Amino acid sequence: MTEPLLCDLSVPGRIGMRYPEPDVPLAELPVLLRQDLPLPELSEVDVVRHFTHLSKLNYNIDQGMYPLGSCTMKYNPKINEDTARLPGFALSHPLQPIETIQGNLLLMYELQKWLGEIGGFAGMTLQPAAGAQGELTGVLIIRAYFKSRGETKRTKILIPDSAHGTNPATSAMSGMQVVELKSDERGNVNLEALKSHCDETLAGLMLTNPNTLGLFDENVIEVCRLVHEAGGLVYGDGANMNALLGIVRPGDLGIDVMHYNLHKTFSTPHGGGGPGSGPVGVAAHLVDFLPYPVVDIIEEGDEDMPPLYGFVQPKQSIGRVKSFHGQFGMMVRAYTYIRMLGPEGLRRVAEHAVLNANYLMHLLKDYYHLAYDRPCMHEFVVEGQWDDAPEIHALDISKRMMDYNLHPPTNYFPLIVHEALMIEPTETESKQTLDKFVEVMREIAREAHETPEVLKSAPHITPVGRLDEVKAAKELVLCCGVESIAD
Amino acid sequence: MNIPADLKFTTNDEWVRVEGTTGTIGISDFAQDQLSDIVFVEIVVAEGETHAKGDSCATLESVKAAADVYLPVGGKVLAVNDALPDKPELVNSDPYGEAWMVKIEITDPSELGGLLDAAGYQKHVEEKE
Repeated sequence: MTEPLLCDLSVPGRIGMRYPEPDVPLAELPVLLRQDLPLPELSEVDVVRHFTHLSKLNYNIDQGMYPLGSCTMKYNPKINEDTARLPGFALSHPLQPIETIQGNLLLMYELQKWLGEIGGFAGMTLQPAAGAQGELTGVLIIRAYFKSRGETKRTKILIPDSAHGTNPATSAMSGMQVVELKSDERGNVNLEALKSHCDETLAGLMLTNPNTLGLFDENVIEVCRLVHEAGGLVYGDGANMNALLGIVRPGDLGIDVMHYNLHKTFSTPHGGGGPGSGPVGVAAHLVDFLPYPVVDIIEEGDEDMPPLYGFVQPKQSIGRVKSFHGQFGMMVRAYTYIRMLGPEGLRRVAEHAVLNANYLMHLLKDYYHLAYDRPCMHEFVVEGQWDDAPEIHALDISKRMMDYNLHPPTNYFPLIVHEALMIEPTETESKQTLDKFVEVMREIAREAHETPEVLKSAPHITPVGRLDEVKAAKELVLCCGVESIAD
Repeated sequence: MNIPADLKFTTNDEWVRVEGTTGTIGISDFAQDQLSDIVFVEIVVAEGETHAKGDSCATLESVKAAADVYLPVGGKVLAVNDALPDKPELVNSDPYGEAWMVKIEITDPSELGGLLDAAGYQKHVEEKE
C-alpha cells in the first residue's frame, strides 16, 4: 500500500484533543459491549494527513477528463453543493410534521413534475436509491399491472444483448423469465427476433435508447408498437438520457416506464461521492401502481395561502421501495441543476454531449476500429485491438491512458464488441480538452504498434503499477488489521 | 486455436465428447481465450439430477466477464468435476482435459445431430473473429 491504514498509524494513548476536568458530577457509563474493538488512536493532524494523502491517490472529475462510457461522468457544478447545504434542506428530518417541511415537499413535487415533463411521463416516484433499484421498481410495476388485469401468464421479459447487466438481474429478481434478443448488424433491436417472441406470455421489453453502443435505435417506434400490439409494456433504461434531454421524450416514443439516473444525467455525484438516485417515470395507465408515497397537493391554496403539500398513496401501489423518501440530498442537487439550466440549457446539454462524442469518434476512427461506423449519440465504442499489434488488448490501452492523466474508458462492455472501449466525453469537456484526449489516444495507438511493451507494463506513473487482477479476484482480503476481533 | 477432431461443439462454444452413451462436457479453447483469465467456476448441477439440453450447468467468471455454460445435450448427470472450482485456471490451461465440467448419460442421442463437428466449429470461430 502507498498509504498505511489508520489501524497501522495508531499509537496507544494518542488522541485528538483533551477535555478539561468536568465541573459536574460524573455519570458512570455501563460496561461497553464492544470494549475489544481495536479502534485506532490518532491525533487530528494524523487523520487529516491520512485522508489528504488518500484524496491525492484518487482520480476524480475535478482533476481531469473521465470518459467512462455509460456512466456520464459530467462535471458536478459546485452550486449543487451550496443548495444541498442550505440549513432548511440539510437539517430537516423525514419524520418532521409535513407542515414544517413544506419547502422540501414543494421541491420534490416540482422535481416530480419536471422529470415527468422531460421524459413525457404522467407520474413519477423519486424513491429508488439508484438506477438498478429504479429498474427493479419499474419491473415490479409492470408485474403489478398485469396481475391487476389477471394476466398472470405474462412473465417473459425481452432484453437486447447490448443491455446493461442490471436489466436481466432486476427482471430475474422480480420473478420474470429473461430472454435475450440479438442486435442486428446496425446495432438496433432485431425486429425479426422480437416478432418471434411476441406472444401471450410477453410481459415486456427493456430498451436502453440510445443503447450501450451509443446508437439511437432506429427501430424504436416499431419496437414499441410490436410489444404493445402483443399486449406487453416497454421499459426504458434511462441511463443514456443525457443524449436526449429536451430533444426526444421517451414517453412520446411509446416507453411505458423509465428510470433516470440523477447521478448521470442531472449532475449529482457519481461513484464514491454518491449516493445515486433513480427516479422512475410511468405512463398514465401505470400511475396507480407507483411506490408509496408520492408527493402531491393535499389542500389547494388560494390567494392568501399556498397549497399544502403532503404524501399520498397511489391506489394500487406496489408499496415502499426505500426507507423514508429516497435520497433527498440528490433531489436538491438535481433540482438545482434543472433550474440553473432551464429548458434551453438542458437541450444544449444533449446537443453538446452528442457533438463532443461525434467529434472524438471522427478524429479517432482512422486510428481505432469502430465497432459500428455510423453517427453516434453521446458515446461510442471502439475495438481496443489491431491485427498488426496482436499482443495489445483493450486493457493495455486503458492502463496506458492513466500514464497520461486520463481516466480510462469503460472496457470489455458492451459484451457484443470484442475488446470494447466505450468512450463518453460528456458535454462538460471543452474542445481543448477533447483535442488533448485525441492527441493522447493517437499517441497510444502509435505506441501499440512501435513500442507495445510500454503498454503491456503500463501504468508507469501511478501510485501502484499494473495490478494482478486474477490474484485480486481469487485471493480476497476483505478485512484489514482487525484479526484481533476474530480472535 | 485448438479444436480436437473427436469432439462436437455448440455455437455457444461448449464441447461434448461422446463415449458410448456418456457425454463429457466443457468449454472450447476459443471460449477460454475470449474470456481470458478464469477466476471462478461454479457447477450448478449435481450428480443424479436430470437436465434438458440448453439448461445451464456451470457459471464461469473471468477478469473480463461472467458466462453461463449450457448443456449441449440432455440427460442424467453422472459426475461433476468437483476439483474445478478450486482450480479455475485449469479452464485456461487445459480446456479439453482436466477442465471438463459435467458427465451426462445422454437421454436422446438424436440431440447430437444438431451440433457442429470440428470443421464446422472452426468455420464458426473464424466468422466470429
